[in-house]
Amino acid sequence: MATDFDVIIIGAGPGGYVTAIRAAQLGLKTAIVERETLGGVCLNWGCIPTKALLKSGEVFEQLGHLSDYGISVEKPTYDFAKVIERSRKVAAQLASGVAFLMKKHKIEVIEGTAKLEKGAPAPKVVVSLKAGGSRAVQAKHVILATGARARTIPAAGLEPDGDRIWTYREAMVPKACPKSLVVVGSGAIGIEFASFYRALGAEVTVVEALPRIVPVEDEEVSTAARKAFEKRGLKFYVGANVKALAKTKSGVSVQLEAGGKTETLEAEAAIVAVGIAGNVENLGLEALGVKVDRSHVVIDEHCATGVAGLYAIGDVAGPPWLAHKASHEGVHCVEHIAGLKPTGLNAPIPGCTYANPQIASVGLTEAQAKEKGLDVKVGRFPFRVNGKAIAAGETGGFVKTVFDGATGALVGAHMIGAEVTEMIQGFALAITMEATEAELQATVYPHPTMSEAMHEAALDAFGKVLHI
Amino acid sequence: MSIDILMPALSPTMEEGALAKWHVKKGDTVKSGDVIAEIETDKATMEVEAVDEGVVEEILVPEGTEGVKVNSPIARLSGGDAAAPAPPAAAPPAPAKAELSQAPKAAPSPEPPPPAAAQSSPPAAAGPAPQPVASGQRVFASPLARRIAEQKGLDLSALKGSGPHGRIIKADVDAAQPGARAPAPAQPGAAPAAAPRQAQSLEQMGIPPGSYDLIPLDGMRKTVARRMTDSFRDVPHFPLTIDLEIDRLLEARARINAALEKQGVKVSVNDLIIKAAAVALKQAPEANASYSPEGIAMHHHADIAMAVAVPGGLITPIIRQAELKGLAQIAAESKDLAERARTRKLKPEEFQGGTFSISNLGMFGIRSFASIINEPQGAILSVGAGEKRPVVRGDQLAIASVMSVTLTCDHRVVDGATGARWLQAFKVLIEDPVTMIV
Repeated sequence: MATDFDVIIIGAGPGGYVTAIRAAQLGLKTAIVERETLGGVCLNWGCIPTKALLKSGEVFEQLGHLSDYGISVEKPTYDFAKVIERSRKVAAQLASGVAFLMKKHKIEVIEGTAKLEKGAPAPKVVVSLKAGGSRAVQAKHVILATGARARTIPAAGLEPDGDRIWTYREAMVPKACPKSLVVVGSGAIGIEFASFYRALGAEVTVVEALPRIVPVEDEEVSTAARKAFEKRGLKFYVGANVKALAKTKSGVSVQLEAGGKTETLEAEAAIVAVGIAGNVENLGLEALGVKVDRSHVVIDEHCATGVAGLYAIGDVAGPPWLAHKASHEGVHCVEHIAGLKPTGLNAPIPGCTYANPQIASVGLTEAQAKEKGLDVKVGRFPFRVNGKAIAAGETGGFVKTVFDGATGALVGAHMIGAEVTEMIQGFALAITMEATEAELQATVYPHPTMSEAMHEAALDAFGKVLHI
Repeated sequence: MSIDILMPALSPTMEEGALAKWHVKKGDTVKSGDVIAEIETDKATMEVEAVDEGVVEEILVPEGTEGVKVNSPIARLSGGDAAAPAPPAAAPPAPAKAELSQAPKAAPSPEPPPPAAAQSSPPAAAGPAPQPVASGQRVFASPLARRIAEQKGLDLSALKGSGPHGRIIKADVDAAQPGARAPAPAQPGAAPAAAPRQAQSLEQMGIPPGSYDLIPLDGMRKTVARRMTDSFRDVPHFPLTIDLEIDRLLEARARINAALEKQGVKVSVNDLIIKAAAVALKQAPEANASYSPEGIAMHHHADIAMAVAVPGGLITPIIRQAELKGLAQIAAESKDLAERARTRKLKPEEFQGGTFSISNLGMFGIRSFASIINEPQGAILSVGAGEKRPVVRGDQLAIASVMSVTLTCDHRVVDGATGARWLQAFKVLIEDPVTMIV
C-alpha cells in the first residue's frame, strides 16, 4: 500500500519536534501533527515561560538583598503585567524558532487534532484540521508524542475554575499577583510557582500529601529545601490531604486533614499541582488495542506499543515527565526505526527544580541505593565553604554523591543551591559513561567555581575531602 | 542549631572503630582543633579534633563502645552561630588525610577489597588506561567495566562490548562468566570463606562447645587472619636460610654503644640488622620490589617494616628510607615506634606501606623460622637467636656466635638467585659491620 510519509509524529512538544528533526536528518519523509502551538507545553506553558517568570522573581527578590553586596536601591517595585508579558514573549520567540526548524528540515506541519484508525503498515492518521475539514494520512510509522496535562481531582475541588483555582496554565497568566496563595503539591511544578509568587511578595502556603516536600528528591535535599524555603517565608503542610478546595467570596478556602486534625486555609488563589495525566484520550487507542496503564501508553525498550507501526514517547509513555526524557526517547525511537542501533534507553534522567534555591539530581537517592542492597558510600560538600559561593553570596545548599562501595560506581548525585541545575550534567555524564570514583577524583575542576563542591563530594565519599 | 559530630574514618577503608575515650563531657565548651575523643581501630588509636565550635550538648556514644560505624553521630554540639545555614550532616570531622589513601593494601576492612584501597590499580592511573591484549590492540571499556572485570578476574579482551562503538560496559562484564580465563581454585570459595569456615567446623571437628572460651575476633585479629591467609595462599613463596657469624657485630655494637652512651642512645642488634638489611637492599635492589598486575615496582628507598608483637596481635611500624639513616637515628626511631605500637598510638601512615619486613624471634631462643610475606613486599627476613655454636675453620673446630636468618621470597619478583644474592650482601655486612659505612 502506498504511504504518504515514512513517519508521522503526533504532538509537536519537545519530544515530537526533536523526533521529527532527527527523522528528517535520517532521510525519512516526515510529518508532524499539532493541535495547538509548536513547541507544546514545554515551550508555551511549561519549562520555558516559567523560567522567564522565575528570573523576574529572582531579580526582584535579589533587590531586597543588594545591601549585602554594598549596593543601595530605592524601594523597588514591579509591574506584574510586564512580568507576564515578558514570559509570553520568550515563549513566542521559541515557538517561532520551532516553526523555522520544521521548515528547514522540510517537515510537513499539519495543524489539527489527530485520531488513529486501523491501517497498514501503521495505523492511519485522520486529522481534523484547524482550518476546517479533515485529512487522512498513511505513514509507515506513527509516533505518539501527545504529552500530558495537569492531573485534576474534581471530587476534592482540585480542578481549575477559570478564576481563582489554577493549574500551571492559569498560574502563568493571571491578571494580578495574588496577595496570598495555596499551592497543592510540592513537586517541581508546585514548588516553582510557590517560589515565584513568594518572590513577588505573596503569602504562599504549600500543601504536600507525602511526609516531605519535593518527595522524589533525596531526603537530605528535601530537608534542606524546606529550611531554605521557610527562611524565605514559605509555609508548608506535609502529610496533609486536601479534602476540599472551594471558591469563596474573597478567594478560596482549602480544607486540610493532617495527622487526624482538620484545618482550613484561606487565600486569594490556589494552584493545583498534584501530578500529571497522560494525553491518551480521543486518539482511538482503545479500538486499536493499545495498552494503556493509568493514563500512560505502555511501551517496550524501543518505545514500540505492540501495535504494528505505532510507537509512543515522552510524557504520554510515562514518567519521569520531563522534556529531555521525551526528546531522548524520541531520538532513540526514530533511530531504531531507521535501522540504526542506538544506545539503549538506560541513561539516568536528571531532574531539575528551578526554585530559589535550585534543586538538581540524577540517579539513585541514598535510600534507593540502600534499598537495592548496595554497599552505599555517601559524600557531601556544603557550598558554605566553597570560595566561589562565598564570594557570590550564595552559600546555601550542598552537593551529595552516592557511590556503590563494592565497585566505586557513581550511582546518584543530588544538589541544592545556586545554579546547581547547570552543574548536574557533569554527574549525568559520569553515570552514563560508567565512571567510578577514580575518574571523578582525578578530574581537574576549575577554581574558583561552585563545581569544585562536586569534586569535593566525590572525594568525601572516600574520606579524601580537602576543604573541611 | 546543633551539629552532629560523626564517627570519623581514619583511613579510606575504615568502616567501624571503637570509641576508646572521651576527652570532653556534656556541657564542655570546645573550639575547633580541640581534642575531643580517641578512636581505636584494629591497628591504631587516633585523636579526634573538633571542627566546629560549641558546647557539648550530648554524648551519643559512651566511651568503650566498639564497632561504631563510620559517619554515625557520636556526639552533638550546640553550635555558636544560629544564623548559619544548616549544613547537611557535616562531613567526617576528622583527619581523613588524603595521604592515608595511598597506603596500599592495608585495608583494615574484613570485606572484599574496597575500591579506594588502590588494591591493584593506582587511582591516578585508573583512567582510560589501555589494556593490552594479545595482539597489542586497545580494549575499549568503561571505567566501571574495567573495575568489575578486575574484581571478578575477567580478561576484558575476551569480552564483546555492547556499548557505543563496541565499548565494553558494565552489563557485558556482569553477564560474563567468571573464571573464563583464570582456572577456578580447587577449593571453592577460598578468600572470603577463610574465617567463617573455621568457626563453623570447630564442632564438626570434634571440639564440643563449652570446652573452650571464645575470644571474639577484634579488628586486628581479623586483619591478621585475612592478610596472612591471602598472602600464604596467593603468593608463591619460598625460604632461603643462611648462618651468619656475629662476633664482630656484637663487638661493634659494644663499641658503638660506648661511644653513644653520653647521648643516651642504645643501639640494639635489631637496629644493626635493620641498617644492614637496608644497605643490602641498596646493593641488591631487585629484592626491594613489589609485584603488581601492572608490573614490578622497584622501590626507590628501603622502607623497613619491623614486626612488633603487641597484646592481641602484631603490627609492623616502618623505618622509612633506612638506607639513608645513621644507626643512632634508627635506634631512636625503632624504640619510639615500638613503644607507640604497644600502646596502639601509631598513625596509619606509620605502619602502612613498607617495602621490606624484618621479624625477629631471637629473644625467644628460636633458631630459625620462615615468616609469611607481608604483601605487597617482595621479601621478609626472619631472624633467629644469636648463640654460640661449633663452627669449622679450615679443618679446626672452633666456637663462634652464630645467627641463622631466613629470607622468605615472593617468587613473582624475587627469584632464588636474587634472594641468595641479597643474603650474600647481607652476610658480608653483618659479619664485617665496618662495610656498612662504605
